[in-house]
Amino acid sequence: MLHKISVLFGTLIIGVISQPVMAHEEILAEFNNEARVANPAFRGFSATQGETFFRQKHGGEWACVSCHTDNPAASGKHAKTGKIIQPLAPAANPERFTNPAKVAKWFKRNCNDVLGRACSAQEKGDVLSYLLAIKN
Amino acid sequence: MLINQTLKITLLASLLTVWICSSARADDDQTPDAKNKVWQTECGECHIAYPPRMLPAESWRALMLGLDKHFGSDASLDKAASREIGNFLYRHAGRSRQGTSEKPLLRITETRWFIHEHDEIAGRTWKNSKVKSPSNCAACHTGADVGNFSEHNIKIPK
Repeated sequence: MLHKISVLFGTLIIGVISQPVMAHEEILAEFNNEARVANPAFRGFSATQGETFFRQKHGGEWACVSCHTDNPAASGKHAKTGKIIQPLAPAANPERFTNPAKVAKWFKRNCNDVLGRACSAQEKGDVLSYLLAIKN
Repeated sequence: MLINQTLKITLLASLLTVWICSSARADDDQTPDAKNKVWQTECGECHIAYPPRMLPAESWRALMLGLDKHFGSDASLDKAASREIGNFLYRHAGRSRQGTSEKPLLRITETRWFIHEHDEIAGRTWKNSKVKSPSNCAACHTGADVGNFSEHNIKIPK
């Protein structure tokens, strides 16, 4: 009984302290599922498309590279406030793309800033494929 | 034996956790150096987490309602974070120095006290590329990221 309680407490503590952590590939797999539902003709993600998307402007003032620079393995800088942004490529910063809530929050914000709309699952998956292909 | 040891360690750890959580809560009630973890993390991602005392509650309320268009950027939060940060800001907000009919100020740099406190700063300092904007507190206030705006911690970049 006591042992059970200690296990319960231990689990509780770990649950309180740790954030939900997923592997980069699991986040990509989620986008993959989303894309298949959205488009029956979905043919998978493209790192090349992702790179083009990342570098291009999409009708607004900013592109992804405006803050994250054209080298996502290096630190970036917020285009407005100048605050340093840690590298986006998981090879340089393994914490990136491991917390689904954080991933969703930032895609929502940044897609609104760069495209003036939400990104499709295809676009998000392409960009993540590009970032995962970058070797430090 | 091993189970006993594990039990002791786990209980100690849980007591420690409860103690850490309760002391963090106690900190929330202190002004002017009130702290809140969600506020620090979320507001501190793109700029320093500006201390709640720097704006009155009506200004924070207006800012929190317009986070999706936050000075030209989408800074929207989920409901839980937004509620926690909002409550923290309102609870520790500065005194209102405006008439109730006036529209709440959204920029700290437009408040009367900010302008007064910075009236000796030369124009060329504001234009310095290392300063970039008056909202960039940390350019001169070296302890801004931890809420220290003491005159002893000012270093104006050349």
